[in-house]
Amino acid sequence: MVTGDVKLIGSWASVFVMRARIALNLKSIRYEFLQETYGTKSELLLKSNPVHKKIPVLIHDDKPVCESNIIVQYIDEAWSSYGPSILPSQPYDRAIARFWAAYVDDKWFIALRSILTAGGEEEKKAAIAEVEERTDHLEKAFIECSNGKPFFNGDHIGYLDIALGSFLGWWKVVELDANHILLDETKTPSLFKWAERFCNDPDVKPLMPETAKLAEFARKLFPKPQA
Amino acid sequence: MADEVILLDYWPSMFGMRTRVALEEKNIKFDYREQDLFNKSPFLLEMNPVHKKIPVLIHNGKPVCESLIQVEYIDETWPGGNSFLPSDPYQRAQAKFWGDFIDKKVYGPTRLIWGAKGEEQEAGTKEFIEMLKMLESELGDKTYFGGETFGYVDIAMIGFYCWFDVLEKCGNFSIEAECPKLIAWAKRCMKRESVGKSLPNSDKITKFVPELKKKIGIE
Repeated sequence: MVTGDVKLIGSWASVFVMRARIALNLKSIRYEFLQETYGTKSELLLKSNPVHKKIPVLIHDDKPVCESNIIVQYIDEAWSSYGPSILPSQPYDRAIARFWAAYVDDKWFIALRSILTAGGEEEKKAAIAEVEERTDHLEKAFIECSNGKPFFNGDHIGYLDIALGSFLGWWKVVELDANHILLDETKTPSLFKWAERFCNDPDVKPLMPETAKLAEFARKLFPKPQA
Repeated sequence: MADEVILLDYWPSMFGMRTRVALEEKNIKFDYREQDLFNKSPFLLEMNPVHKKIPVLIHNGKPVCESLIQVEYIDETWPGGNSFLPSDPYQRAQAKFWGDFIDKKVYGPTRLIWGAKGEEQEAGTKEFIEMLKMLESELGDKTYFGGETFGYVDIAMIGFYCWFDVLEKCGNFSIEAECPKLIAWAKRCMKRESVGKSLPNSDKITKFVPELKKKIGIE
């Protein structure tokens, strides 16, 4: 089976890049990973994503695809006969998966990040409360989508698992930074167990960054204000 | 069994217009239910408990939220007739990219143009024009964003057209002067029955904005 020439511009630390890599792994697609240097943007990146100038960018036979969730959908469609389906088959289930993936990006991630950028203790507490409330929504979403199965997508990982699961590395880093559990076994038991299963998935495991390495990178990206 | 399709919407919403256009394009009969966003109905809150926003598309009792997700859902559920998204995966990804661009980059500045003053408003106007020019460049000399057929990106963008007059007045600029091809594209879209049925008149929006400002407490 001919897969064509596949390149992915990205970074080991990026959640959004990881989404694309998990999807490529699921489809067993070989690709060239072009690691961007932190603090600079390569010419290829600027040429391939002139609108947003951001990673990830998937380049398939010289044609660029941008935006992580769009890349994952593209991978599912371009290589539809390879490996399992990433999106559910029914239109309604697809709409629900897309809804929650958008929620992860537009609401949940924003709240998570604001813990790292919080100015003082009060701001941090408020950000933590917001993350807890939004994670609770995701717990309900998991129960609704999984229908008793191990993943949001059912028997194997899919679009929404990838959208949220790619955050698990950073999720741990933010927990350490906040000194507060953000994925609580008692408060969100289904998500907690799902997280373990997701991280152990063979298409995910090699990509999940080490917490210590990511925490060090986070300190560079989100420097603490001087006292 | 006939499909039951309900749309919870708010007449000036450019997002709601997307779903209206999509339903009309597919000739789907639907029950349009106007919502009062300043006094949200229990039904709206039940159907969209997460965001509490319109539009909400309810198909045989099951809600679908977020306008572009609704447009894709409509395309997939009623595949006959005009397909909104191309069949080629790369073309589909491009269409979704521009739909996402409109949501992330075009909508935000419009709020500053009609809702803010002074430097903030000027910055909004400048950014809006910049974003429209990017869209116009993507359109090029094509009839529609997807080529010869009216589709996803056209649907994503056309609702903004009825807001152009009020934006021009507030921001003191001419969109036609800046992006003539985009205006020509919009006029072509307006000739479509689905669009004519779904968009309110520009002057209705222009009259509405000062009332909206009062309601949300901005001068």
